[in-house]
Amino acid sequence: MKTTQILIAGFGGQGILFAGKFLAYKGLLEDLQVSWLPSYGPEMRGGTANCSVILSDDPVGSPIITDPDVLIVMNLPSLQKYVDTVVPGGQIYVDSTLISEKVSRTDVEVRCIPATQMASDAGVPTLANMVMMGHVLKNNPQLTFDGAETTVRKLVPPSKAQLVELNMKALQAGRDYQ
Amino acid sequence: MAERVLMKGNEAIAEAAIRAGCRHYFGYPITPQTEVAAYMAKKMPKIGGVFLQAESEIASINMVYGAAAAGMRVMTSSSSPGISLKSEGLSYIAGSDVPAFVVNVQRGGPGLGGIQPSQSDYFQATKGGGHGDYRMIVLAPASVQEMASLTVKGFNLADKYRMTAMILADGTIGQMMEPITFEDAEVETYDKPWALTGTKMQRPHNIVNSLYLKADELERKNFERYERYKVVEENEVMYEAYMMEDAEICVTAFGIAARVAKNAVVSARREGVKAGLIRPITLWPFPAQALRRAAEQVKSFVCVELNMGQMIEDVRLAIECTRPVSLCNRTGGMIPSPDQVLSAIRAAQKGVN
Repeated sequence: MKTTQILIAGFGGQGILFAGKFLAYKGLLEDLQVSWLPSYGPEMRGGTANCSVILSDDPVGSPIITDPDVLIVMNLPSLQKYVDTVVPGGQIYVDSTLISEKVSRTDVEVRCIPATQMASDAGVPTLANMVMMGHVLKNNPQLTFDGAETTVRKLVPPSKAQLVELNMKALQAGRDYQ
Repeated sequence: MAERVLMKGNEAIAEAAIRAGCRHYFGYPITPQTEVAAYMAKKMPKIGGVFLQAESEIASINMVYGAAAAGMRVMTSSSSPGISLKSEGLSYIAGSDVPAFVVNVQRGGPGLGGIQPSQSDYFQATKGGGHGDYRMIVLAPASVQEMASLTVKGFNLADKYRMTAMILADGTIGQMMEPITFEDAEVETYDKPWALTGTKMQRPHNIVNSLYLKADELERKNFERYERYKVVEENEVMYEAYMMEDAEICVTAFGIAARVAKNAVVSARREGVKAGLIRPITLWPFPAQALRRAAEQVKSFVCVELNMGQMIEDVRLAIECTRPVSLCNRTGGMIPSPDQVLSAIRAAQKGVN
């Protein structure tokens, strides 16, 4: 039995929920059991947003994540709030354009990527979330970059087909970052 | 096999309602159920249905009353404070014996409370939020798939027994997305000879009304209604039993609390504690018999709820207090962690050793 619990957190407007939706759809297309749970509280209206995604071979029990295997953070308050919840041996992905503070833990794998800067440089400034996702897919042993494009095509409505290319550009930038 | 799609619980209710033949939706927005109305607003005009955002919750439930009296499959949805406003209408609907389908995606209370998930409307739903002797069929989904399947079931049961069927969900199940399929939607249709469809000068008038000024007549109406409720209690109880075969500790929980409890039961088993779960799917009729049977086998019960302890009263009644029942709860929008439930299971085990 394999279960991966992923917590994504940042400011409202950074595409946190969309990033989670991307991972959930990718799991769906891979015939995994999936749950996606957004924060919908007052914090969505301008403060922090977070989103819990569980991918599993077996039916998902509680959709609420208290101890994530993977934490993806795109602002400092989220890092501070969740850094201690990650399971030992887990991973933390940090948008280092927006978070300069170092992660104090040594029992987890920390990967810093200047996603917001990279998205801006690539001409897709609103897609830092997808730069993060590309990096996560490449570097998490339970996930794979294969199928990323099929997932994007599934998520983007036909009327906005030009977004497929832009999302792929962001995903690839994240994937290729060393 | 039908395609698996990812959907929010609230959207699943709306889609399932349309598939169940609902063509009339009356509502008023409130977090965390607004996606039901949004979905209906988008879909109903395209399929010849009615979506109407009323001026208030009270107006919307009375529109439901009207459409139900005309024999239509009709629904409304809201969240806790909104359901309180609709309670007068729910009593009238019960008193008039018309079928209606109502959704409550609960949030923390009392008062305006908060917008985070809660199960604190259990009493209101199962004991009657409005006045008078009446019951509603109360369905408690624990997954997005069940949001859809119990919606179809709810419409069927409402028509079958001429009463209100209510989905009692919570903000988590409403807001979360899970894969679902719609292949198993079995829509039943029932004749409605009592409906106000116009006599066309061919038959006597039908009357839909809840006013009976003669006490003996009103009493008879109530007796008749409770005969019908008895049939519901005999035939429509639904629950899930999980790892109960050899259980010594029985956890009881519904909806999202049951999802958390299931995780805790699995953890308890890993530690060698024989825990099991009974999850009522119908809160009314309540699976009292299943709990009574469990009481003959288990040593202790743990009731997990997102409120100050409401279903626990029905658990104690069902087992006639023959076993200790402890409460494991959070409230106000908080959700117990699997660890909190596990601790409660351990404590229950210790109590009987």
